[in-house]
Parts: sequence; structure tokens; C-alpha cells
Amino acid sequence: MAAGGVRPDHGAASMRESLRHRQHLFRVAALFVTGLLLFVAVRALLVPPDFGLYGHYRAGALTDIRKTAPSFAGRSACADCHPDISEALAKGKHARIGCESCHGALGRHAADPEKLKPAMLEIPALCLSCHTANVAKPKKFPQIDPSDHGDGARCTSCHAAHHPGDAP
Amino acid sequence: MTTDRREFLAHAGKYLLLTGAAAVAFDKVMAGRPAEADNYRTTDHWWAYAIDIEKCIGCGSCVRACKAENGVPLEPFYFRTWVERYHVRPEDSLHPEVDSPNGGYDGFRELYAAGDGSKSFFVPKMCNHCADSPCEQVCPVGATFRSPDGVVLVDKKYCLGCRYCIQACPYGCRFLDPRTNTADKCTLCYHRITKGKTTACVEVCPTGARQLGDLKNPKDPIHAFLKDNKVQVLKPQMATGAKLYYAGLDGSVR
Repeated sequence: MAAGGVRPDHGAASMRESLRHRQHLFRVAALFVTGLLLFVAVRALLVPPDFGLYGHYRAGALTDIRKTAPSFAGRSACADCHPDISEALAKGKHARIGCESCHGALGRHAADPEKLKPAMLEIPALCLSCHTANVAKPKKFPQIDPSDHGDGARCTSCHAAHHPGDAP
Repeated sequence: MTTDRREFLAHAGKYLLLTGAAAVAFDKVMAGRPAEADNYRTTDHWWAYAIDIEKCIGCGSCVRACKAENGVPLEPFYFRTWVERYHVRPEDSLHPEVDSPNGGYDGFRELYAAGDGSKSFFVPKMCNHCADSPCEQVCPVGATFRSPDGVVLVDKKYCLGCRYCIQACPYGCRFLDPRTNTADKCTLCYHRITKGKTTACVEVCPTGARQLGDLKNPKDPIHAFLKDNKVQVLKPQMATGAKLYYAGLDGSVR
């Protein structure tokens, strides 16, 4: 090696060298950009368009949850066809009780009254489910001890179910 | 570029939803039944709930109605709403005895005697539909959320079943539905209240102990309830923004 000698092709070599480094950079950058595009594309495919409309959730979930059909028709639906009973009920102590509280869910009966008839109620079990005495119940609430009330008679033979207090 | 795309998707989603709802309404109007058109707007409502403990008789009607309305499994013992019985002895009000046989589904058998100085009462429980709900905050995938009208709901399609929300709820109101392995909870009968009906539990409560309320409706009786009673929420120190207001809540209730 010549002392203090400078290779005649040194400039060109370093030029080639740095170009090769730049190619490395380009490759990495290209890989990164492809990865980013792929991520954006896959994300756009997987995230539903309505996600984030109202908050960090899928807005369509609200619509999904609303789709369920109600089982309980509601007392106004009953009053539409049974105004006589509804009026009698309104005058008595049971006025605030919804029809389906005793008669069970009757949405299907309200939708097609002929097809589904409500079942007969189990008395006295139904009456006693509210009116059996219990120390945890509010004092004001009318309660009885079934063993010393009624002499085994059917509740509705003395009390009118829809307007108790009156004879049936 | 990313922002543009995101904006575009957000707008597209909005228009998709709007046209969908508008299309449904249009069909009903054209069929001559405009009353059936969906005119429910989430921004018009802010749902809350009120329970008057002094009216609860522990009959369990609400528990049975909730299971019937929402298809909640009868067994094992999972509940969207349940009733607890508290028995507080005068010398130790900090440690009440609490029982809830089958969630109160079949009512309560007499356990305690009157006249020994103790007191007992029933406490119906359910989701508090918190405005700042812990369950919503811990959900890692956005499956649990508070709707714009204030109801905490679960997106069954998004829920992974990780159970994080079940642990986070300070009121124990959530469970993992064994049929779907997704989190389940009270929806405040969202499918009913958005159709102008009340919840199943309120519909059947024989004493009016339960009451659904829309705080954005100035004519709703819940305003009178909140004004006329001394009300309290459960665990106010948790700052959950609970919207289930109790009247007559004893200090021993957890």
C-alpha cells in the first residue's frame, strides 16, 4: 500500500456504497408503508362502519337490542278489549296492579286473542304470594296467616279479585 | 390519509343508519300506520329508576317477570333483578343478615319473629344504570357501553366473555350467560322502553314500589318521587353516577 496514497476510485466507491445504504432504507420504508396500508385496509374491513358513532361501541348494537319482541303487553293493551274489568279494577284497592302481574305475560294473547287464551289462575297460591304475613313486609300492607283465615275457603268466594273489599 | 378515511367511514355509517331508520318509518307511513313508525330519539331521554323500599312486599313478581320477559336462565341462579331480605339486629346494625332464596323468585318464607327489637325489610336490586359505569370503563373491546339515553347495555356480538365487567360492577349486577358465554345484565327492558312501554318489572309490581323514570321529561312522576322522598343511591362513595334511586334506604344496606 502506497504511503499516504489515495485510491483513484475512492470517490466513486463511496458513492456506490451510500447508494446501497439508501436502497436498504428504501426497502425498509417500502415494507413499512405496505404494512401500514395493509393494517388500514384490514382495519377498515373488520371495524363496522357504525363503530364509534355515539361512543366506543357499535351503534348497531342499540338496534339489535331493540329487536326483541315484548312478552308483556302492558295494562293499556288489556283495557282496549276488557274495559268493564279495567273500570272495576280502577275503583278497588287493586287499582294500581297491572293485569299481567296476576295473569302472567300475555303479549301473545293481545296480538291474537283467539289463538292464545290466558290460563286459569291458581288460587289461593296467587293471592298468598302477596298476602301471606311476613314480618319483613310493610305494616300497612294487608296480610293474613292462611292457617287461621278463611277456614280453607277459596279466597274469591269472599273477596272480589278485581275489587277486593267488595263481595264478589 | 388515515384521518380522511376514518371520517369517510364515520359519515358513511351515519348515512347508512339514517337511511335505514327513515326507510322503515317511510314504509309504515305509506302503509297508513304512521303511529307504528319508529320515532324514538335517544337524545330525548335520560332513563333513571326509582325504588320505594317501604312499599316492597317481597312477592318476587318482578324477578319472575324479568326472567319471562328477557329469557334469563332459570337455573343456575342468574338474575337481572333480584330481591334481598335484610334482617338487622339493634345491637349490630353494621352486620345485617341478608338472604335471597332463589333471588326472591318464589317469595320469602317467614324466618324471623316479630317483637325482638330487630327489623327486617326487602331490598329489590338490579343494574344501577350508572352514568359513569365502571363496567363500561373496563371493557377492553367496547362491548359494554352506556347508550346516549343513559342505559348500560351489552353488545352480544362484540363481547368476548372475559368477565372483566362482572368483576368491575360494585353492585354485582352482571353474570356470564352460560348459553352464549357473554356478559349479561339488566337492559332496563330497552326493547320495551324504546317502544313506549314500561319495563316488565315495573309493569307487574303490585305495590308500585318500582318506578321507571325519564329525567329529561319534566312531566315524569319520577321528579315528584325524587323531590318528595329522601332518596339515596347504593355506594355513593364509588362515584358511579348511579341512576337507581332508593327511598327509605336503610344505612345497613350494602
